[in-house]
Amino acid sequence: MAVVQLTISALPAHVRTARLMATAVARRAGVSESTLDEIRLAVGEACSRAVEAHRTHCPDQPIKLELIDSSGPTGPGGPSGPDRINGSRSGRFEVVVSDHAPAKENGAPAFNGFEGGPHASLGESLTSGGFGGLSPDVGLAVIRGLADEVSIEPSENGTVIRMSWPLASNEADISEAHGLD
Amino acid sequence: MDLKLDHHTQDDTEVVVEGEIDVYTAPRLRELLIDLVNKGHHHLIVNMEKVEFLDSTGLGVLVGGLKRVRAHDGTLDLVCTQERILKIFRITGLTKVFGIYESVQEAIDKRKSKQS
Repeated sequence: MAVVQLTISALPAHVRTARLMATAVARRAGVSESTLDEIRLAVGEACSRAVEAHRTHCPDQPIKLELIDSSGPTGPGGPSGPDRINGSRSGRFEVVVSDHAPAKENGAPAFNGFEGGPHASLGESLTSGGFGGLSPDVGLAVIRGLADEVSIEPSENGTVIRMSWPLASNEADISEAHGLD
Repeated sequence: MDLKLDHHTQDDTEVVVEGEIDVYTAPRLRELLIDLVNKGHHHLIVNMEKVEFLDSTGLGVLVGGLKRVRAHDGTLDLVCTQERILKIFRITGLTKVFGIYESVQEAIDKRKSKQS
């Protein structure tokens, strides 16, 4: 297992840096070219959401990314490495984006409205009076649509978004097992 | 690549977008669309053939632009043939909200045929 960690300030300009880094590490890990686009977009969405949340709640706090290539042998992290903690299988590329903005507040709606759906938000955007962006729900919906496996864990201490994709060799194995080739 | 914006008006106003539309660059596109609408350009075509990246922030700006032109009985259509860009419109269901065409001329022709 190999891990690359990246910590960024809550600035929109750094979201691009995170996307580029994630794509580079994924390419090196052996993710297929078609999946790289999905990773780039999903990581961008997760980081955009985190940056916006931090700018609202805690602009001085950093946002952390972990890029985990679980294709190789276990590294110095050993059995307690992130792949084991996450319960993810080997042969996958995993991205973990962690922020410190409270996602659940007592008596107030969560920043992201995690229970909401994208279409309700789109309808609201089209009919209300502003010229702003879509609800963060849409970004989460995009992540769910792109990642092969995803978990989103909102809490008072922040949100952890875990996304993973199979590496190219594993994709081939899965295709063969299902007779998809 | 950063974002490059250009626009020119014939029958409709074509907004040519080049580069990446994300949380960092989307405000510039939003300002341009607001400016065009405020100047009376209510039939916009956003040409996305040279867009390399689009996220939900960019989608939000486009939806906002659509809402604003609709307030003036206008239109905002897109020109895009790139699968990597079209994918995010499909995931979010926005293919049903925007007219998405393969060329600027096709977008103009469709708009005129709908209004005639």
